[in-house]
Amino acid sequence: MSTASDRIDESPGTSAVEARRSDFPILFQEVHGQPLTYLDSAASSQRPLAVIDAVDHYEKHDHANVHRGVHTLSHRATEAYEGAREKVRRFINATSTAEIVFTRGTTEAINLVANSWGGEHIGAGDEILITWLEHHANIVPWQMLCERTGATLKVAPIDDDGAIDMAGLESLITERTRLIAFSHTSNALGTINPAREIIALAKERGIVTLVDGAQAVPHGPVDVNDLGCDFFAFSGHKMYGPTGIGVLYGREELLERMPPWQGGGDMILTVSFEGSTWNELPYKFEAGTPNISGAVGLGAAVDYLESVGTAAVAAHEAGLLRYTTQELEKVDGLRIIGTAPRKVGVVSFMLANIHPHDLGTILDQLGVAIRTGHHCAMPVMERYGLPGTARASLGLYNNREDIDRLVASLGRARQVFGC
Amino acid sequence: MTQPATDNLRELYRELILDHARQPRHFGRPEHFTHQAEGINPLCGDKLHVYLNLEDGAIREAAFEGSGCAISMASASLLTETVRTCDAEKAVTLAADVQAMLGGETTGQDLGELQALAGVREFPSRVKCAALAWRALTAALDNTDARVSTE
Repeated sequence: MSTASDRIDESPGTSAVEARRSDFPILFQEVHGQPLTYLDSAASSQRPLAVIDAVDHYEKHDHANVHRGVHTLSHRATEAYEGAREKVRRFINATSTAEIVFTRGTTEAINLVANSWGGEHIGAGDEILITWLEHHANIVPWQMLCERTGATLKVAPIDDDGAIDMAGLESLITERTRLIAFSHTSNALGTINPAREIIALAKERGIVTLVDGAQAVPHGPVDVNDLGCDFFAFSGHKMYGPTGIGVLYGREELLERMPPWQGGGDMILTVSFEGSTWNELPYKFEAGTPNISGAVGLGAAVDYLESVGTAAVAAHEAGLLRYTTQELEKVDGLRIIGTAPRKVGVVSFMLANIHPHDLGTILDQLGVAIRTGHHCAMPVMERYGLPGTARASLGLYNNREDIDRLVASLGRARQVFGC
Repeated sequence: MTQPATDNLRELYRELILDHARQPRHFGRPEHFTHQAEGINPLCGDKLHVYLNLEDGAIREAAFEGSGCAISMASASLLTETVRTCDAEKAVTLAADVQAMLGGETTGQDLGELQALAGVREFPSRVKCAALAWRALTAALDNTDARVSTE
């Protein structure tokens, strides 16, 4: 559709990634009589057949409760569940599976740290430092902790491009700062934050770090040992896995000293009415029957991403992001919000004076799925004085045709609104 | 791009709707009012305030302020046009009729210009936008100084 596309260089291997589109059956359908153009992977990515089949196979052949019965199915389910944990460990290069706690998602992982670690280590007068870029999941649990304990929440500023103001961040660190919690990449603007640099600042001062990696893991290689963070949280459904499963990585030394945050089966060693003793890591943090099929699906998603290659995914998306930005900049009256030099494939924008919600409806009628609104990051929107934005976000299956359809639909939206 | 989708869009964004969205009538907080309520839609951040001036059980003046999408703004603007001289009781019934229409019910009522809002019926996720001002109107008439939310 566009000849301008030919001007952009793409890294080798990109077309191989693009060919993987056929692994995602959901993409091959029409919406309102138009081919589906799915540009909302930052909200939730789609699943490849390999993940769907892995869950299906587990449900049809292997399901039973884990860590319990001696029968064959229970053994198979346990193998599948623990096998997924090992895959996740390897994927993010954690030292041990004791450091991989399965949760419902990023939100629950952060709440776990706020409740368990926070309850032990945060007191009146202490400070927790976050940034203006955070998703609500990395704001509200800390606000709640501060309310409970009398601690203070501080917020590092961002510049007009949507990048963290590092001098501003550093100036907010005091001797009372106990934790720095920040997103690896921003879900609303796509900014890739200088995680290593922030972690280095924290480490020099003995401050604990939590990285919200929900938007980082699907878009490139992540190595928690190399990063050196204390906690790292992410979700299955943003990395081509199922919903309802996520991961908290925590350094073993810290997890070891943290109390459980939920009580029940699986997290105990012994229970009597006089008292109970806790199971070893990571089970201490996994009370109740877990989301076994979700973990199986997550394990399959890890296999899938590794088979495509996380570096190849990153290169493909970087090329497509350049194309998206270039094409959107040509649209009359379009303003991109978030122009930091380092970004993942997320483009937030405003079109003329069309409210994002109206834009979302018009695009949907043309088969184009984008997110509109505040993206669960209201402070970011406030920073720009906007009620919300329209956001197109990329996955490994997207291609230039998707972007061309997006651009064409924006022209149509302008016609509808006569602007 | 092709027709059916475009027809639905034309139904939703009729000229009357776009006109009210671009130039909302009776916009702004009046100096004097007896009843008011705020409506918020937490999903998309729409926020509007409906102000009423009542005398002897009749609305003498209606105004609104706030920000939101074209549908919620146009709906609020049309609301102020319709109820600014209206018995309070009649306004309550009207609010119920409009919300029923938005929900796809056929009430048999002739809602006049408000019929222009019927296009949202094809857009389930937008019904809340159109209903927001009417829910705020009902709350204002309850005189509870209420805040209503679509969620």
